[in-house]
Amino acid sequence: MLKFFLSRLGTFIPTFLGVTLISFAFIRVLPGDPIIVMAGERGLSQERYEALRSQYGFDQPLYVQFWEYFTGVLQGDLGTSFVTNRPVWDEFFSLFPATLELSICAIIIAIALGLPAGVIAAVYRGKFFDRALMSTALIGYSMPIFWWALLLIIVFSGNLGWTPVSGRMGLLYFFDDVTGFMLIDSLLSGQEGAFGSAVHHLILPSIVLATIPLAVIARQTRSAMLEVLSEDYIRTARAKGLSPGRVNGLHALRNAMIPVITVIGLSVGTLLAGAILTETIFSWPGIGKWMVDSIFRRDYPVVQGGLLMIAVMVMFVNLIVDLLYGLINPKIRKR
Amino acid sequence: MSLLKIRNLSVTFTTSSGPFRAVDKVDVDVRPGEILAIVGESGSGKSVSMLATMGLLPWTATVTADEMSFDGRDLRAMSGKARRRLIGNDLAMIFQEPMSSLNPCFTVGFQIREALRKHTSLDAKARHARCIELFEMVGIPAPERRLKAFPHQLSGGMNQRVMIAMAIACRPRLLIADEPTTALDVTIQAQILDLLTGLQAETGMGLILITHDMGVVAETAERVAVQYAGQKVEDQPVDALFDTPHHPYTAALLAALPERATERHLPTIPGVVPGQHDRPAGCLFSPRCKFADDTCRTIEPPVQPPELGLALCHYPLHAPQEAKA
Ligand SMILES: Nc1ncnc2c1ncn2[C@@H]1O[C@H](COP(=O)(O)OP(=O)(O)O)[C@@H](O)[C@H]1O
Ligand SMILES: [Mg+2]
Repeated sequence: MLKFFLSRLGTFIPTFLGVTLISFAFIRVLPGDPIIVMAGERGLSQERYEALRSQYGFDQPLYVQFWEYFTGVLQGDLGTSFVTNRPVWDEFFSLFPATLELSICAIIIAIALGLPAGVIAAVYRGKFFDRALMSTALIGYSMPIFWWALLLIIVFSGNLGWTPVSGRMGLLYFFDDVTGFMLIDSLLSGQEGAFGSAVHHLILPSIVLATIPLAVIARQTRSAMLEVLSEDYIRTARAKGLSPGRVNGLHALRNAMIPVITVIGLSVGTLLAGAILTETIFSWPGIGKWMVDSIFRRDYPVVQGGLLMIAVMVMFVNLIVDLLYGLINPKIRKR
Repeated sequence: MSLLKIRNLSVTFTTSSGPFRAVDKVDVDVRPGEILAIVGESGSGKSVSMLATMGLLPWTATVTADEMSFDGRDLRAMSGKARRRLIGNDLAMIFQEPMSSLNPCFTVGFQIREALRKHTSLDAKARHARCIELFEMVGIPAPERRLKAFPHQLSGGMNQRVMIAMAIACRPRLLIADEPTTALDVTIQAQILDLLTGLQAETGMGLILITHDMGVVAETAERVAVQYAGQKVEDQPVDALFDTPHHPYTAALLAALPERATERHLPTIPGVVPGQHDRPAGCLFSPRCKFADDTCRTIEPPVQPPELGLALCHYPLHAPQEAKA
């Protein structure tokens, strides 16, 4: 197990280098000068412009800038935001819980609905439920997220008035951050109705964010189950007289979980990308919205640092997925 | 009274190229404690007929029978739940591929205990003790340790022993072994066969041994049913069958045995078992039969009386002169 872990760690390092370089290059490829953007409509004298350029180090050659950035990263210093003057690291961790909370809710919805749906569709293949589910999944998968989000907002927030349009918490409530997770903090605050408000705010964005992973998980579960259900050991399990629930839900699903775990792991990447759009639409104060705002402000340190952190998160999730393989199917651990 | 009694069993698969009859009007009888061998080339419907008995065929299969009873209970009228109480318990089956027949995600011990939990009232400790006992019965050394092994950590022969232990865990009255040795090394094959016949003698259970190996039949079976292209073509006690085969197909199978060969090269049966699209009219064996005439090629053969091995043939071999006329 340790050897397995170390070999995965070995692939981690080159990926990390590549991601550092790409996050550095990405924002610099975009047209626009951060200092001009910072100055806004007031404009800037030539001397002041030059002074700011050398203050931020933009007069240095690119490789020197990268080296500065890279050595900083290795020391845990992602730089300081041009706009707020706070360390990128601090900003990231003050906003990350909001994104994490949204993503966790979304992935829970996606797994809780997608997995059983895929299993049932496979068991009743070709029947009505299977067909209905698979066409719905196809629609969910190909639907533009912003359109779907707006539709939900119009129906549930506009027409029905069931859910708020934006933010994480009603204005009536105020309490300190403890964990950064609204669901937990609102409970800890003891204020009546705060938790309900947090849930209300969370529902629509979670559904929107869950849509694509849900469709992907349902489809993958179905196809993995179909493959496993024709295996000899399923026939053996049935020959023992086990109930269909146990045969499908334990013997088959356990084996089908390998490809499903893979797409769940990949969904986490999609989820963070989807979070950028979803957070923007719902004014959700997480890292997605933070990244979008920073790109418009040409806030170089935030964009490169934020991208790097997101990439590290995704790599971390994939590492966990790799370790899970071995736990689910001991045969894989042997390789 | 028969332990297993099947009359007129037919199985038809719905395939993308139309219906396919894999088992055609087959009768099966097994008395308690009897060893019945079912022989025939691959594709002759041996597995499918036994899977139909177990109720393990996929939904694409349609099973019909005039009678299908186990221990006097009608299998056709049984609910799914009642059937699941029976299989794995009184009626058990093992399969050809031991390596793929066990679930790779669970230890072999788990997979045996699962059967015990389903069908017996033993508690956890008693189940464990029974597993140890079973492993000793099937000759698996170091049972405590092996119970914790995953199937991929054991050899094919060991896995087949595990499968046998699992099948006899709840003391079945009938064990169906579907080519249990085909996937194994020759040296292991004999061990597994000895094990099966030993267990049969020890427990007094009935045993259906499916095989395509006449040599295996000679060593183990009491009675033999020969199956060809989904039909039972002959049914005789083993000695009588080897002495006086009545169906030309049986005779050809026997002639192909190495110890019976008179020439330097083994005689083989030309051609293959007809599949879905090349089923001949009349007798299904007629295209490969050296005795076939126009009657065989056009008219379906009758079932001969028991003295002639229930042979499905117009011109059974070794028939007394007057019967031929
Ligand atoms: N699930 C299935 N769908 C369609 N045809 C099948 C299926 N299972 C078996 N068959 C066909 O039924 C015939 C008999 O198969 P089988 O009973 O496995 O033969 P064997 O005598 O070798 O055990 C074969 O021609 C096989 O192709
Ligand atoms: Mg077979």
